[in-house]
This record gives sequence, structure tokens and C-alpha cells, in this order.
Amino acid sequence: MVAGAGSPGLGARWLSITALVCCMAACARPDSGVIVLEFWAMGREGEVVAELTRGFEASHPGIRVNVQQLPWQGAHEKLLTAFVGDATPDLAQMGNTWVPEFATLGALAALDPSAAASTVVEQEDYFPGIWDTNVINDRLFGIPWYVDTRLLFYRRDLLAQAGFAHPPRSWDEWREMLIAIKRLPGADHYSILVPLNEFEPLLLLGLQQEEPLLRDGGRWGNFRSQGFRRALGFYLELFEKELAPRATNTQIANVWNEFARGYFAFYITGPWNIAEFKRRLPKELQGAWMTAPLPGPNGPGLSNAGGSSLVVFADSRRKEAAWKLIEYLSQPEVQRRFYALSGDLPPRRSSWDDSALSGDRYAAAFREQLERVEPTPKVPEWERIATEMRIVAEQAAHGGLTVDAAAAELDERADRILEKRRWILAREAGE
Amino acid sequence: MKTAHAGWVFVTPALLMIAVFFLLPVLAALGLSLTDFDIYALAQLDNLRFVGGGNYLRLLQTPLFWKALGNTLFFVLAGVPLSIAVSLAAALLLHSAVARGKAIFRTALFAPVVTTLVAVGVIWNYLLHTRYGLINDLLGRVGIHPIDWLGDPRWAMPAIILFAVWKNFGFNMVIFLAALQSIPEELYEASRIEGASALQQLRFVTLPALAPTLVLVSILTMAGYFQLFAEPYVMTQGGPLQSTTSVLYFMYEEGFKWWNLGSASAVAFLLFLLMFAVTLVQSFALRRWSEP
Repeated sequence: MVAGAGSPGLGARWLSITALVCCMAACARPDSGVIVLEFWAMGREGEVVAELTRGFEASHPGIRVNVQQLPWQGAHEKLLTAFVGDATPDLAQMGNTWVPEFATLGALAALDPSAAASTVVEQEDYFPGIWDTNVINDRLFGIPWYVDTRLLFYRRDLLAQAGFAHPPRSWDEWREMLIAIKRLPGADHYSILVPLNEFEPLLLLGLQQEEPLLRDGGRWGNFRSQGFRRALGFYLELFEKELAPRATNTQIANVWNEFARGYFAFYITGPWNIAEFKRRLPKELQGAWMTAPLPGPNGPGLSNAGGSSLVVFADSRRKEAAWKLIEYLSQPEVQRRFYALSGDLPPRRSSWDDSALSGDRYAAAFREQLERVEPTPKVPEWERIATEMRIVAEQAAHGGLTVDAAAAELDERADRILEKRRWILAREAGE
Repeated sequence: MKTAHAGWVFVTPALLMIAVFFLLPVLAALGLSLTDFDIYALAQLDNLRFVGGGNYLRLLQTPLFWKALGNTLFFVLAGVPLSIAVSLAAALLLHSAVARGKAIFRTALFAPVVTTLVAVGVIWNYLLHTRYGLINDLLGRVGIHPIDWLGDPRWAMPAIILFAVWKNFGFNMVIFLAALQSIPEELYEASRIEGASALQQLRFVTLPALAPTLVLVSILTMAGYFQLFAEPYVMTQGGPLQSTTSVLYFMYEEGFKWWNLGSASAVAFLLFLLMFAVTLVQSFALRRWSEP
């Protein structure tokens, strides 16, 4: 905001207060014995979930579900302010990287007793990495709702032109392909797009290593470990050898157009792009692209266990009913319908069987990758550390830092961010 | 005595409002800036530590804070004079006797001020695009190689300055126009009789008459430009290489992205002190100049 710009004055504030009061009146519990569940869901999921809750209401006559949609952009802030203001809903969809933070806050109810007693939610049926994201200090705080993981989208035709019949299975093979594609004749092009404004690509390479990203129970950064330095070295090599453009996502105006033009042949992205690629790539290219699991340092590699979980809030007075809704949404047939509505991949193996997914050639790589997914470090500070990781990596990609200097810088930043956590853990240990 | 009482009665409601909605929050923020209030303190208040000046000290040792400060100063030092010069030039052109279609131009030049920043920010993103943008296309016609406006750390801030000046100069232009219209025609007549050229008229009649307006405009613009936030928020998210991270953007991330409210409050106070000092110097200097 610069000089002269007006602010949304008192008028808007009064309006929102009035709206709040009206809502409080309208949201009040109806007089009959009907239980009304407050359910917050984000983005696209929030739009389609009402279709599913209708089925739940039909089979559970005593319960009504009030779905509130939050835009992803403001969701984190909204959940936090709701917690501070004692206004949390009964249950919510929550990005699974936020679960550690809200569990630390004490905002979430532990779900292990309910899950252990449940005949619907069976832990063995879930992909282990995804389930693990919800376990904080041996307690379960969320049930996976859908999964998000990233893997390779690639141009089969370009790969074939460079002399390869199959996607890479290890880093060495991958490097060989990237170099060969860069050498292909034709217009100015690169081999892979690794947007500098995303921390995910480097994070995935780091997760594939044996050493954890944080050490000593999440007290210190572990970026100087041999594993992470190998990951960072591989990442920076992409830019040094001009295999990837030094560009952010906003500079590539239209990723799909550029992919179609052959500006790059590999792109690391998630399941939402299957539908986008089908829709946006020209017809003649439709047979030419494919998905493949991520290659690792030596053989098939890990990827991240992203996605959303369903959580129940500690302050809810309707936990039993909330759990019933979670159970309903976790049934394989409901998850299949959810996939049809939203395109979100289900977190249970049995939901994948006999569904439209099992026949989808692009989804097959995801099915395989999901058996090899790994949660990011489960500390509330993780997102900030990941952001610092991106910033330092961007600096290094522009040639400002060596691998060792960048790793040391990252450890220093991570240790500073984790200072409070160390203090709290030490105090708890002392008590 | 009685009138004094009456005066207090009239002023009290306003003072109360100021105390409750301004003074109290400011004091609370000052208190907050002396603690390490964060997500852990939100969970349990006994996780709150009183750190005294610790936040301030740590900020002064944080490279990103200095970088943000440098970026903001660059934006202010380049943006404010440029913005005022453009506004003044536009106002002089619109005010000139030979100008035609004044109403249309006045509206057109003022239009950016009333447009939504987010919408025009997106449009400028397209204009500034490296390969398909109109600006690089035009530059290419005169033989200048494409510039990666928003992706190159050296060019991102100039691009933001260009955008901010375009977005805001109309506001000051209107103020200048009003001031120009209030300069008595006789002064120009007299100077013409004395044989003053157009340039001399500008130097010895127009500018001195505009001096009080210039003081006002420069203080307002300066205060506004120090609070740079929405432009980088919409167009670059503080990047590339944090070259467009302003102090306010830094504060926003510290406070509402990472929930280090203690440290974010400290940033707010440092920015306040800085702006206060600059405004003091500025109003002192300009007053000396405008009151011969």
C-alpha cells in the first residue's frame, strides 16, 4: 500500500461484525436433538465435500454437517486465529505438514483410541509414509484423507530421441539422460524444470538420503551430513551444467505450453497436473508424455508424503459424531467417489483397487511411488526451515555459494530457528 | 474555567477512541516486542520469555533485515523523487494553456490510482514478462536485449519502482493541479512584463508558490513509500534472491507467516523510529526552504 490508497474503513469492519452476529444466531444449535458438526475444508476439497456429507447425513439421521470452505491461502492463519479465539470447529481438513504444529499447540484431539477400535479405519491398509505424517510423539492426531506426492512428468518422445527407452531408475541414469537431452539439436532448451521458488525439488532429493534432515529429535539441523550435501550437489549440478534454467515458476508464464514446446523434458510435480496435462497439452502430444516414480541415489527413490488429513479439535464437544464422519469419509467407496469429484488420490490401498484409478496409465506411477513416501521432519518450525533451504539453494544456484558453504549456512539458520524448541525440550526434560 | 471543562467534554470521546484503538495497541505491541512471543507461547503462556532488547539486537544482526532495509531505502530514494517529478510534470502539462482534452487526460492519468492493485499487478506481470512481455518487445525494437525484469535480482526492484510510480503519481498530480490553479495569474503577467522566459517563470514563480504543497506531498509520499508491501506481495513475493523484500514485507512474514509476533513487533518499532526520524529531518529541511 502506498500513499493515497484508502483502507477498508470502519464500514467494512461493522459489516463483518454484523455478519458474525447473524452467523452466530444462525449457527446456534437447533432445539431438537440434532447434532450439528462444524467441518472446515479447504479449496477444491471444500467445494466438493458437501456432495459426500449429504450421503453421511442420510445414513446418520441424528447428525447434520455444516461445511465451511476456506481458501488455502488464508487457511493456516484462520485455523491459528480460531485456536487462539477458542473458535475451532469440530473437525477440519488439515495439510499434513501442519499437523505437528497444531498437535504441539494442543489444538488437536488424539485419535489413536478411536482408530484402534474402528473397523473402518485400518492402519495396515494405508500407505505407511502417509499414515506416519499424523503420528507425533507416538500419538495419532489425524487420519489421512488424500495424498499428494511429487514425481517425474516427462516427454517420452524427447527421451527416445536422446536414445532412452525407459524413464530413469537412479540418479546416475537420470544425469546421463539430462545431459543427452540438453545436447539434442533444435531450439534453445533445457532438460528439466526445477523452479527456484519451490523448495520441494531439493527437499525430495534430501529426503531420499539415509540421514534425516534434522538430528537429535529435531533439535538441530543436519544439512552438513554427507547425504544432504550429496543431494545439494546434484541439485546445483543441474544449474551449473545448464540442464535446468535459473528461473522461478512465475517467469515460466505457462508451464504446459513450454513443456509442449520442448523447452524442458522433465518436470517434478504432483497428481493435480495429470488432469492439467491431459487438458492443456495439444492433441498430437497426448501419447508423448508419461509419469514415472522418482529415481533415487542408487535405485528407486523416495518422495514426500504430502496431502491432507482429517483432524478433530480438542475443544470439540461432539468428538464422537466427528469421528463417525471421519469413518464415513474413510470408506474405500466414498474415497473413490471423492477421487471422481476432486481428482485427489486416496490414501488407502483398497480404495485404489477396482477404481477408475487402477486403469489410469498416468496414475500407475503414483501408486508405485506411494509405497515409497517419507514425511518431512515433524517439528512446527519445519516450514520455515524449508523456506530457508529454498532461499539458500537459490543463492547457491545463482553461483553465490559452494555446496559446503551452503550446507553450513543452512545448519546455522536451522539451529537458530530451533533455539526455542531446544529450550522447551530441555525444560520439559528437567521437570 | 467553565469553557475549559466544556472543551474537555467535547474532546473526551475522541481521546478515548484514540486511547483504546491506538495508544493501547501500540503499548501492547511495544510490550510484545520485548518478548519472544511465538507459536509455543500461543500454546502455553509459560513458554513466553522476556527477552528485553533481545529482539532488536537480533534483528540488527539479521542480514535479511538489513537487506530489507536497504531495499526499502532504495525504493524510497529512487521512487519518491521520481514519483514527485512525474506528478509535477504531468500537472504542469495538464495545467498549460495549450493543453487540449484536459478532462480526458486528467481522468486517464488518475485512473491507475483507483484501480485495484492486485489486478494491475497481474497485468504488469504480463507486460514485464521476459519473453512475451510488451516492454521487452518494445525494447527489442530499438535493439536492447530482453531484460528479465522480475526474475533478475538487479532489475526486480527497478521494475517495482516503475510500477509503483505509475500506480501512484496520479494522486499527487491532482494535488499539484489544485495548487497550480490557485497561483494568481497576475504573478505570471508581472514576470512576463519583466521579460522572464518560461523556464524562469517555472523557477521563480511556479515552484516557490508550490513549495508548501511540495512539502506536504513529499512527506505523504515518503511515508507511503516506506510502507512498501502490496507490490512485492503481488508481483514477486519478495524475490528473486529477496531483492524486493521490503521492511514491511519482512515484518509480515515474521509475524503472520512464522508467528514470531515478538520479533515482528520489534520490526514495526524500528520502522516507526526510522520513518519518524526521516520525516522530522524532511519537514525541518523543507520548511527552511519554503519559508525564506
